[in-house]
Amino acid sequence: MILALVLPGFSNGIPLQAYLVLAAVLFCTGVWGLINSRNAVRVLMSIELMLNAVNLNLMAFSNYLDGQLIRGQVFAIFVITVAAAEAAVGLAILLSLYRNRETVDMERFNLLRW
Amino acid sequence: MTIASTTELICFLVLSVTLVAGSLGVVLLPNIVYSAFLLGGVFLSVAGLYLLLNASFVAAAQVLVYVGAVNVLILFAIMLVNKKETMAAIPGLLLRRVLSGAVCAGLFALLLRASFTTDWALPGPTPVGEEATIRIGEHLFSDYLLPFELASVLLLMAMIGAIVLARRDVFSSDVITGEPVDQGLIEKARTPLLLEKPALEKTS
Repeated sequence: MILALVLPGFSNGIPLQAYLVLAAVLFCTGVWGLINSRNAVRVLMSIELMLNAVNLNLMAFSNYLDGQLIRGQVFAIFVITVAAAEAAVGLAILLSLYRNRETVDMERFNLLRW
Repeated sequence: MTIASTTELICFLVLSVTLVAGSLGVVLLPNIVYSAFLLGGVFLSVAGLYLLLNASFVAAAQVLVYVGAVNVLILFAIMLVNKKETMAAIPGLLLRRVLSGAVCAGLFALLLRASFTTDWALPGPTPVGEEATIRIGEHLFSDYLLPFELASVLLLMAMIGAIVLARRDVFSSDVITGEPVDQGLIEKARTPLLLEKPALEKTS
């Protein structure tokens, strides 16, 4: 009852927009971290955050708008698969870069710039 | 409000607070090991949100794949590259952070506006609930069969690619004496990670 008074929009259960806002927060945090991280491992973590935000959106739409066919859940499974492959290849590239440059600083990975 | 919906609401609030605080910690904390463990917390709370969204199978897959595989992989990568290094200062770093923060805030405002002004087709059909796993299996073996098989090929390609990229060069003969040697030994001895390199530190 107290919760219903505090959050009037939540009186009929959790609305779809709550999940969308949560996913937006997660995605924007991921974008900020992707731009500003200097450690290459943290860049990969930010990418995982963004992928999770997209998955959260897919699951919310699948539950609220496509409750019978749940195509969003199937798509989320494919996103999880691709994210696992991306993490493996990304970390392998990172290890190889670390062996060549002896650093994980993103500002010093400028082999291809000029 | 019934007790069930109140419980659901409390679970949602706790999970979303954990999610937002954990993701901010992943991005902002200076120690990257703490970031990696917080990332595991973020993945777990996302799995909890999936449970609230009637998706038990995807929640289990999230825990298995993200917490069990990706997070452990990231921790291993941190342990492999965890050298204390002082990052050189960059001019205008603070300005860059503020500007990108402004861009991200703009993106957030855009997403908020899109999610609140769009006229969603609510309420949609009733969710299938516990039958979700059965539906996913039907989808994967009927209309999503081709992407499902392509995903297996993609995983194989990623596995081979990761092995090729992360593999060290192996010498079949010792570089100094020219004798054929045990490859396991030479790989350990010649790796740049384990060598103390006074010569390299002089040049750099």
